Amino acid sequence: MKFIGEFIMLFGIWLLLTWSLAPAQVIAGVVVTLLVTGLAGDIFVFKASRAFNPVRIFWMIVYIPYFLWYVVLANLDVAYRVIHPDLPIRPGIVKIQTSLNTDMAKTFLANSITLTPGTLTVDIKENELYIHWIYVHGKDVKEWSEAIAGRFEPILRRIFE
Amino acid sequence: MFWDTLGYIIIVVGVAFDLLGCIGLVRLPDVYNRLQAATKCVTLGTAFLLFGVFLVYGVNAIGIKALICAGFVLIASPTGSHALARGAHKGGVKLWEGSVIDTYADENKLN
Amino acid sequence: MIDILIYILVFSSALCIYRMGRGPTPPDRAVALDILGTLMVGFCALIALTTGKDFYINIAISWALLSYVAAIALAKFLERKSFDE
Repeated sequence: MKFIGEFIMLFGIWLLLTWSLAPAQVIAGVVVTLLVTGLAGDIFVFKASRAFNPVRIFWMIVYIPYFLWYVVLANLDVAYRVIHPDLPIRPGIVKIQTSLNTDMAKTFLANSITLTPGTLTVDIKENELYIHWIYVHGKDVKEWSEAIAGRFEPILRRIFE
Repeated sequence: MFWDTLGYIIIVVGVAFDLLGCIGLVRLPDVYNRLQAATKCVTLGTAFLLFGVFLVYGVNAIGIKALICAGFVLIASPTGSHALARGAHKGGVKLWEGSVIDTYADENKLN
Repeated sequence: MIDILIYILVFSSALCIYRMGRGPTPPDRAVALDILGTLMVGFCALIALTTGKDFYINIAISWALLSYVAAIALAKFLERKSFDE
């Protein structure tokens, strides 16, 4: 089941990339996709029952514009700090805690944090993330977690857990 | 015509973000801050540029490939910069002297 | 008009190369290289826009993949570990 899901996904990407239905292209695509799923299929974290669940797909579609809005805000923020003649920065590395459990959810949380206002993930250990923050405010782990990860965790939990 | 105009506007915004990111790369004081500015601005700038190409060409070979490339850049670039930040910190590069806190170094000393 | 955009990207690449030559520590140079790779992807997209040839987008995709792999390998190198860990 897992291999069938991976095969469909990879073959779809192949068809989009070549953008033709000529027999030679399709046969080459099937051969290459079978090779890749056979050799590296075990590495990929994929559960077909989760990936094709309509509720999760709905929340994924909600998540994309929400996330892009924060990415644009992040860019305006960083652009302001870069152009300002005094460089208003107060950097530091802080520790935050997350309640997400699956690897996929943590990966997406870390990537989202890297692309949003002034924060960059440095390392992940179990449920703790180390974040480089360009303008540190707040005092303890709880406040930092709320400020950095609070706005993504509810939606990511609905998508991946 | 409308989609062409929108596509060119998005391309101009993307190139402007690219330029700002590279200015940040030169102006900011240490490697972590540079990574912040450069990763955010250049990743979004390039993704916007590719999305603008998709809007100009519409659904055909070039447009779809540009869209897939934009998605790939948005996923891969933060991961790469995260790996670079971790490598720099483990390799012993100190934070800028104006930094206020470094819990990561404290934790690593305890272990 | 696209000429102006290409000149702006050339100027951005020059800033990256300045940081690559100047950078006080090795990670600075690695970061500049990574960013230069992402800029080149945008460059290929602009050239595809002016010429209308689709193989420039293929170059952009493979350049993005290669620059990602290079960033991971450089990070391992900076961490002073061997590659199979």
